[in-house]
Amino acid sequence: MLSITGLTKRFGDKIAVDAANIQIDEPAMIGIIGRSGAGKSTLLRMLNRLSDVSSGQILFEGEDVTAMRGAARRQWQSRCAMIFQQFNLVPRMDVVSNVLHGTLNRRSTLATMFNLYPQSDIHKAIDILDRLGIAEQASKRAEALSGGQQQRVAIARALMQDPAIILADEPIASLDPMNAQVVMQSLRDIHEEDGRMVIANLHTLDTARRYCDRVIGMRDGRIVFDGTPEQLTTGVARDIYGAGADFSEAATSTEIETLDRSKVRPAKVYA
Amino acid sequence: MTATDTAGAPSVGDIRASYLAQVGRRRLYSGLALLIFMVLMVSGFNIADERNAGGFWEGLHQIGDYPGEVLAEAWEKRADLPSLIAKFFPALIETINIAAMSTIIGAIGGLILSLLGTRGLAKWPRLIPLFRRFSDILRAIPEIVIALVLIFILGGGPVPAMIAIALHTAGALAKMFSEVAENADLKPVEGLTSTGATWTQRMMLGVLPQVAPNYVSYTLLRFEINIRASAILGFVGAGGLGYELRNAMAWGPGRFDEAAAIFVLLFGTIVFFDQVSSRYRNLLTEGQAQ
Repeated sequence: MLSITGLTKRFGDKIAVDAANIQIDEPAMIGIIGRSGAGKSTLLRMLNRLSDVSSGQILFEGEDVTAMRGAARRQWQSRCAMIFQQFNLVPRMDVVSNVLHGTLNRRSTLATMFNLYPQSDIHKAIDILDRLGIAEQASKRAEALSGGQQQRVAIARALMQDPAIILADEPIASLDPMNAQVVMQSLRDIHEEDGRMVIANLHTLDTARRYCDRVIGMRDGRIVFDGTPEQLTTGVARDIYGAGADFSEAATSTEIETLDRSKVRPAKVYA
Repeated sequence: MTATDTAGAPSVGDIRASYLAQVGRRRLYSGLALLIFMVLMVSGFNIADERNAGGFWEGLHQIGDYPGEVLAEAWEKRADLPSLIAKFFPALIETINIAAMSTIIGAIGGLILSLLGTRGLAKWPRLIPLFRRFSDILRAIPEIVIALVLIFILGGGPVPAMIAIALHTAGALAKMFSEVAENADLKPVEGLTSTGATWTQRMMLGVLPQVAPNYVSYTLLRFEINIRASAILGFVGAGGLGYELRNAMAWGPGRFDEAAAIFVLLFGTIVFFDQVSSRYRNLLTEGQAQ
């Protein structure tokens, strides 16, 4: 379905992603983990064609995504939705308009400039918002919503695109644990109910374990792990994060339970 | 908004209906606004055209005549152009001098006015309206009016022009600076306050580092505008390139070669400073990223 071969991205003399190979045969929920700066975001941005590829190839159902230009590339972007860490909504526009932005690729520039969308699209947008549990916010401005609600609006925009793939770049990194859970569960539901492929960058191990069918570990631009959550042992995780023996999974967790630390570190005294 | 006042959470149907009603209202308003705009455009154009001494459509085909004449005469006497440029170069220096001095003085004034007039930063929050209105007044009076009054008092020359442009620049930059300062992060300022810093220290060390690239970029933009302004002020007797340009243009045919030389100088200067300032602005923003 999606096959990535030798995908590389260079910034000057720095290599952000180094010859990544990923083969995905069926819609799955995939988590990419690694430290910040490991190249996770760059990888997703190349998949969406937000940034250009230095070398390598992305094939989706036999089509060469890396070779697409102009309208073909925008067409691909509409089939491959992206969700961002900072939501990237238009703050001053209302929630439904933000969701309707998911149809921009299908509609004429002139009509969308004047915010003219077909009634059926407006109905569909509100239905999607209802599915994500935020239909009451429909007419509010996006900036008036909380972070968790904004991220769900961003997911609604992605769903409005009716995409084959949803890319999520650190979707929960700016959210509190409760909202993080709601957002991750929404992504999981979308994967299970609609059969869409979801690829999410996550920086916490336990989230990847809990929600994903497959986990890819990146370190310094290279893919160092690719397997099921069960294969992801503490030793492997140490490798991915480049951590020493003092590394524990709780260190990367945002779950509430892990905050109830049984052992409190003694405070250092500065003279 | 009648559907939402039912008890409990509104159903999807209600939300749909109320949102569509809202969209309908919005479309109606924007349609009306567009209509009013069109009507005003057409009627305004017609009024202006009737009041015009010549008439827009009758005069339209003559629009190229004057520049054509200037260009033709300049082309005829093109051999003199380098010497004319050399002749007017000192006037150009005077013009640039006026612009530079007034930009520097105006920027300092604008900086002080902007910091005193920005919510969250001002030393005396109650006096914010006073400083804002003061910079509005500076901005509202055209340079040429201030210059005419000052020439009347101080006599012709570059000093009245410099003061006039500096006052206007202070008002204009105060507005732009305070808009940038409003978006500045207040956390560093709070940090400095917690160490017992004075207001001036907080502004200089907490706010300026954040806003400096924008401030410099606006100041450079203002410098370009001031070069044009100081050239224009020459028309009312404030010296520099504008004075020479008025003489050359007022004489009519016969001295169009001089007018052309002055235009070449002015254009070259503005292009030159535009290039230099955009280069520096780029350097500043890149430096910020590192």
